[in-house]
Amino acid sequence: MMEITEGSHAVAEAVRLCRPQVVSAYPITPQTHIVEALADFVANGKLDAEYITVENELSALSACVGASAAGSRTYSATTSQGLMLMAEVVFNAAGMRLPIVMSIANRAMGAPLSIWNDMQDSISLRDAGWLHFYAEDNQEATDLHFLAYKVAEDPTVQLPVFVCFDGFILSHTYEPVDILTQEQADSFLPKYNPADKLDAKDPMSFGMYATPDYYHEFRYETNEAQNRARAAIVKYGKEFGTLFGRDYSAFIESYRLDDAETAIVAMGSMCGTIKDAIDEMRDAGMKVGLLRIRVFRPFPIEEVAKALAHVKRIAVLDKNVSLGSRGGATAIEVRDALYGSTIPVKGYILGLGGRDIRKKDIKEIVSLCEKGIGDQFYGLRKELI
Amino acid sequence: MALAVGCRARPGKSRDNKTGSWRVFKPVFDHEKCSKCGMCQTLCPEGCVHEDAEGFFDPDYNYCKGCGICAAECPKEAIAMKQEEK
Repeated sequence: MMEITEGSHAVAEAVRLCRPQVVSAYPITPQTHIVEALADFVANGKLDAEYITVENELSALSACVGASAAGSRTYSATTSQGLMLMAEVVFNAAGMRLPIVMSIANRAMGAPLSIWNDMQDSISLRDAGWLHFYAEDNQEATDLHFLAYKVAEDPTVQLPVFVCFDGFILSHTYEPVDILTQEQADSFLPKYNPADKLDAKDPMSFGMYATPDYYHEFRYETNEAQNRARAAIVKYGKEFGTLFGRDYSAFIESYRLDDAETAIVAMGSMCGTIKDAIDEMRDAGMKVGLLRIRVFRPFPIEEVAKALAHVKRIAVLDKNVSLGSRGGATAIEVRDALYGSTIPVKGYILGLGGRDIRKKDIKEIVSLCEKGIGDQFYGLRKELI
Repeated sequence: MALAVGCRARPGKSRDNKTGSWRVFKPVFDHEKCSKCGMCQTLCPEGCVHEDAEGFFDPDYNYCKGCGICAAECPKEAIAMKQEEK
């Protein structure tokens, strides 16, 4: 049913419809409205789940790890500093191959303290083994939770998932969102039936230690699970599309890219602004298109290379930066995907700590890219430095 | 030991987990010099030295970490630590 609702509430509704049996989270801006809504659902009997209140995020994800190992469908949500406090457990959840789904309302990392949006938090944990989904709008942020559980719990995958959407820009914005009915949700997402679980009557240990003789192969296996997730995302993304009309089988989305000479590559909510800027540039006769990356892990290496093969130049926009390198994570990964090609790839860091990204910024970046200027922090306030 | 998804294990599986791989020096026991006193077995922190039917002692290399306590304590100097090539 279509509703005009806040992003956080739409996500909370989606989570409720996924029927998690255990929810554990610690409130942190801008994730708070999600977990407040879930606490209300549990208190009001709208969600039959154990809501474990904890003293911090480290405990929240630890509670989820225990609950997931015990065979429950498990949910958490966090952002920024909260995610970093969880970091140790983030790696453990993936290594133990637990299908936890966690929403990340993306926010900048301190210091200096910033409650505003960029993607430094989840990107900083890209190597932990979790799948990474990045939503452009609230409809997608909502739907990706159903897909996340379905892929995570697939026996060939068994990996946790970050469902990422921009803090405030999506989490606190009201948009029309089609929210599934419980019947629809149940038809897509059956009850979780784990292969192994903690049970005092049939004891088992999870995530035991591994000597140098074994550890290397465990990391390899987790990587193989990431690769197997590719087929699972295609399969279940297509199934979601058949059932509800919104197909999520593609890892990337192309917008007016077919005959484009300049391609912009980006993730998340800024892609809405980029599409509007592209429409205006197209009206002015410029051949510009967008490649949006929705699934960042596993990274769509071949899809990106194929989609960009025909363009003359590429501008990659990152709301994160790998300090001390040539740019942001997306630019680095796109360059890797295009290794061996002669198409110039320029990276632009922008929108850090909540700095607005406007249509004129996108146009300015396209103009810089055409002149071969890039691999820079875009839009610096020169009077400050 | 076959790899289990998520390094999950049933109880009693630690025997299957061979832990000797981090050894650099390997104790080699010379039964000609051995007086069968059993100090090596008593002092082995890993509990991996075993007595055979004739009363001689030998380490289980699947678990021996190569700490060298047995060699240092052997009153007959019957245990030599030799660098192990892998």
